[in-house]
Amino acid sequence: MQSLILGAATGGVNGGDILFQLLAFIILMLLLRKYAWGPLMGIMKERQSYITNEIEAAETNRKEAEQHLAAQIQELKQAREEARAIIENAKKQGEVQGEAIIQAARGEANRVKEEALADIASEREKAVATLRNEVASLSVMIASKVIAKELDERSQEKLIQDYLQEAGEAR
Amino acid sequence: MEHEAPIHTFMGLQFNLSNVLMITVSSLMVFLIAVLATRALSMRPGGMQNFLEWVVDFVKGIINSTMDWHTGGRFLTLGLTLLMYIFVSNMLGLPFAVAFGHELWWKSPTADPTITLTLAVMVVVLSHYYGVKLKGAKAYGSEFFKPFKLFFPLKLIEEFANTLTLGLRLYGNIYAGEILLGLLVGLSHQGIFAGILGIFPLIVWQGFSVFVGAIQAFIFTMLTMVYLAHKVADDH
Repeated sequence: MQSLILGAATGGVNGGDILFQLLAFIILMLLLRKYAWGPLMGIMKERQSYITNEIEAAETNRKEAEQHLAAQIQELKQAREEARAIIENAKKQGEVQGEAIIQAARGEANRVKEEALADIASEREKAVATLRNEVASLSVMIASKVIAKELDERSQEKLIQDYLQEAGEAR
Repeated sequence: MEHEAPIHTFMGLQFNLSNVLMITVSSLMVFLIAVLATRALSMRPGGMQNFLEWVVDFVKGIINSTMDWHTGGRFLTLGLTLLMYIFVSNMLGLPFAVAFGHELWWKSPTADPTITLTLAVMVVVLSHYYGVKLKGAKAYGSEFFKPFKLFFPLKLIEEFANTLTLGLRLYGNIYAGEILLGLLVGLSHQGIFAGILGIFPLIVWQGFSVFVGAIQAFIFTMLTMVYLAHKVADDH
């Protein structure tokens, strides 16, 4: 049962084991630090910074996108406003133009009417003038006829008055 | 059942050559595992790198649970090496034991109190060293007289008790595990029937020993960090 008493140590302390274990562990630790833990932690740190950067980049991208979106919305709104203004203007202009056309038409119609009236008036003037001439020649003719027919003074006067009256009414 | 240790004296020091062999094997295995796992490092880890990164995070968690990272960061390498070395050592004795004649050659190096106490003393000495280094000799010394002077003998005893329990807990667990494994294997010497019956508890006990080995490696690392934190921390 000797080996059950504090393991396999048989009397005395295994100084060599202690020394060897200590050396082995320290060497192992140093080697691992150089060849395993160092690079491993390096890449872990690298990944951490990479992820941090990526998150930051994503954040900035998102912010930028939001800004762009806001700008787009703003621009869209502006475009809509402009479109509405243009339509409004066009409508107003159309109305104005319509009004102008109507005015012009009305003026033209009036002018034509005036002209027609003036024409009528002048035609009548002409007709009256012609009539007067005719009346004059007719009266001369009548006078000559009446004179030829031998009339008394009174009936001649009456005759002339009648003719003149007739001519005046016709005017 | 009883095995002798292959002890040889060299330059006035006693060497248990089985320990020397198993320490070398353990160290080599830890080194190979760690180095092979970190040969092809990539930003997107896979396989072994993933596993080792998990181990690193695990030890980081242990350290963070005992002290703040500013002081604890320097112990990460120590903790990682301790955890891996002790775990591999604990596992080595499980699948088989090799004996030549009466000399037991293949076993867990941590089934020897000399080895575990060496590690424990190393840890405690380190804790004192860092206590002096990080807090200054005065603050370090005054810790022994807190909360008042009467505590000095208790504090002194505590240091030795810490060392002993740290080393012997690991040794006891692993050694007991190997003893029971040896006994169960020994059943086969009693006849075929006993041997076949013994296989089932053997399998169960081996599984349990894997669990115990992992837990003990964790506990050793955890307590190392606790002792270090105890000496290093400014306030507690």
